[in-house]
Amino acid sequence: MNLDYNIVIGGKAGQGLQTISDALSKLFLRGGYEVFTSQDYMSRVRGGHNFFMIRVSDRPVSAQKPKIDLLIALDQETIDLHWPDLEPEAFVFYDGESIHLSREDKRLVSIPWDQIASTIGGNTIFANTIAVGACCGLLNFDLGLLAGLLQEAFAKKDPKIVETNLKCAKAGYELTKNLKSRITIQSGKTSGKMYINGSEAIGLGAIASGVKFYSGYPMTPSTGILNYLAGKSDEFGIVVEQAEDEIAAINFVAGASFAGVRAMTATSGGGFCLMTEGVSLIGCIETPAVLVLGQRPGPSTGLPTRTEQGDLEFALSAGQGEFPRFIFAPRTPEDAFYLTQKAFNLADKYQVLSIIMSDQHLADSGWTLAKFDPDKIKIERYLLNEQELAGLKEYRRYDLSETGVSPRTIPGASRHLVIADSDEHDRQGHITEDLHWREEIVKKRLVKYKYMQEEISLPIKYGDNAAETVLIGWGSTYGAMKEAVDLLNAKNRKVAMLHFNELWPLPVEYLSRELSKYDNIVAVENNATAQFMRIISGQTGILSTHKILRFNGQPFYPQLIVDLFQKEVITYGDR
Amino acid sequence: MVTAKDFTGEESAWCPGCGNFGILTALQKALAELNLEPQQVLLVSGIGQASKLPHYARGHVFNGLHGRAIPPAIAAKLVNHELNVIITDGDGGTYGEGGNHFIHALRRNPDITLIVHNNQVYGLTKGQASPTTDQGVVTKIQAHGVPVPAFNPLAVAIALNASFVARGFVGEPEHLKNLIKEGIQHKGLSLIDVLQPCVSFNKINTYQWYRQRAYKLPGDYDPKNKAGAMEKANEWGDHIPLGVLYLNPRLVYEEQIPVLKNGPLVKQKIDTSKIVKVLEEFC
Repeated sequence: MNLDYNIVIGGKAGQGLQTISDALSKLFLRGGYEVFTSQDYMSRVRGGHNFFMIRVSDRPVSAQKPKIDLLIALDQETIDLHWPDLEPEAFVFYDGESIHLSREDKRLVSIPWDQIASTIGGNTIFANTIAVGACCGLLNFDLGLLAGLLQEAFAKKDPKIVETNLKCAKAGYELTKNLKSRITIQSGKTSGKMYINGSEAIGLGAIASGVKFYSGYPMTPSTGILNYLAGKSDEFGIVVEQAEDEIAAINFVAGASFAGVRAMTATSGGGFCLMTEGVSLIGCIETPAVLVLGQRPGPSTGLPTRTEQGDLEFALSAGQGEFPRFIFAPRTPEDAFYLTQKAFNLADKYQVLSIIMSDQHLADSGWTLAKFDPDKIKIERYLLNEQELAGLKEYRRYDLSETGVSPRTIPGASRHLVIADSDEHDRQGHITEDLHWREEIVKKRLVKYKYMQEEISLPIKYGDNAAETVLIGWGSTYGAMKEAVDLLNAKNRKVAMLHFNELWPLPVEYLSRELSKYDNIVAVENNATAQFMRIISGQTGILSTHKILRFNGQPFYPQLIVDLFQKEVITYGDR
Repeated sequence: MVTAKDFTGEESAWCPGCGNFGILTALQKALAELNLEPQQVLLVSGIGQASKLPHYARGHVFNGLHGRAIPPAIAAKLVNHELNVIITDGDGGTYGEGGNHFIHALRRNPDITLIVHNNQVYGLTKGQASPTTDQGVVTKIQAHGVPVPAFNPLAVAIALNASFVARGFVGEPEHLKNLIKEGIQHKGLSLIDVLQPCVSFNKINTYQWYRQRAYKLPGDYDPKNKAGAMEKANEWGDHIPLGVLYLNPRLVYEEQIPVLKNGPLVKQKIDTSKIVKVLEEFC
């Protein structure tokens, strides 16, 4: 039987949920298991209801599942809210000394971790370690791995802290080891995989791509990238500039790229609104840049800490005027790592903005993935080399060419002057109102699309070869959709999936050909209006027959897609 | 030998008699006298008549968005601190649209020269009040007179401990050229607010109006005295002081960034070999 075990850790912000979740996720990774960890938190520093969900399996997982096998409750609200989702054989760990429950149930197991922590370590701060130890006890999980983890985390601080933590972990372990768990998790060989979230993967991808300048203003769910790069800035020689606002951030990026280094910013919808004039500036002066748009539910401030795919059409049309851009939407952190490289290389090659569409679900969720291969990363700058520069009698930054791409150099690389102007400009880059030339330069910028199109990889096609129904999705819905396709096909629903991570320019010819094969075209999107499908329809003239949409601020999970499919797509007689 | 002619650019579209000409000439002379080559200079601007200056001079040019001259200028300086970065922008762009960047640039203190063409009116959009238009001045938009007091950029800069705060006047070309030279040579952000008549849309603050009021700070003036500088910054109306009002040598922004100690960012080798070690942090 396949192992598929779901742990939820819930409580108030500030109670250490993240610490417990990180420790458990890493333990399972080191035990050779696959993990998918998602978080659901409220927009506040203290209090509220927040939870982490760790799904453990012996095969790759990249989506949540709703039913809970183990609930670690740090407050009563967690028990009340998640009670309906508990499996019949589940367990609930809680501290019966501080949480007094009126209900009685064999699944409830009180572990007085505050008291134990005080006795062993003289401080309730160790309660979280007891909870982790209890989890290991229940699943018969190798305590040696936990010892190693604690060693890494605290050895630098104080060996005594390691010792106390170990004692606490053992105490938790002893209390639960005799419980009859539905499953036990035996630590096997390590899988050689890594555990990483989307923000870290994008940050790492940017570092591997040679990013030298990052500017941003903190905004959930993009702040993780700012944090990650700031932490690595000294090691990799990156200037990380916290801007006074998002307008400054994107103008910093434009200036840094003009001056010659790879530059990036990240924000969320509200910040992106402020950046749009800068997006247009980058389009006008044809200066490469990468922008990560971490989506969260709008309109306006919306639900700051939740997820949505609601800004795709905005990203596609942001900025005044007509100019080309790339839009990418990573499916997983692994995809994000490699796509970030592609975003940088293509931005440089075509002298355009690459937008990477992320969302809270991708940014904050943790995956076990094959270790990234930095050897696969190639940095291609497409700048004039010394010889070419020396051979130029006169340098014209915006010369016409077949591909629309003009020769690019940077200030200081040679004796040539580099001119950039947000006004319409001549070949040199100087302001002009020559209206004949205006048409030439608009065409020059837009002809790039013809060649940019050829750079785009086709979507993943997955599922039944003789499918009558196709699900169309993009970005972070990949894991949930893929699993849903398997579940549907197990019921002989004859379903396939087309899943996109390179969205724009859209592969129009391919789509026109491919979509004509299906009776049912189902848009599956984490938004209220099926934006990507609308873009496809606009470009191909092909409409969807059905829509499966979620816009309550939470991501899809496989069974939800299956349930909505039964409701929306299957006609009554077929059910 | 570099001369002012080496900094001659495109033909200008300014009105005859525009105060901008005086700033352009002073800048060209200052650059030549400092023996800088056009290749060593990056001119950054926003939008407005003042912001067209980089096209009429010679150097690398980043003519960006309205009010947004400061961020790309700082970024370019951080990426290549060997460039002499000079911003030429108007009172609208710097003190209105880009006010937030102005404030934070003063705090950061990058080694940049910020020349503000202050004509106390909006020229390119034809005659509306600017942040520095005096209270009570009637325009076609402010038909009952500008209801609020003018923005005082020099007082704001001094309050924020700016490192170099000066005022010039295009009617004093030699004095202005020297101020620009001092500003470029100064380590840190040099704010040079330049009084500059708009012959088309400002019929009040004319050459004559400024001439009657502007006076050069005396030789014994101490620009390092903050209280005295603030007093001078608040002098306006019948007497308008010209010169370096405030000097406050302090740490330059880019010198505080450890990464830049290894030379200009743009010249630093990209070494991603350490990624392999970083990947272990996720295992």
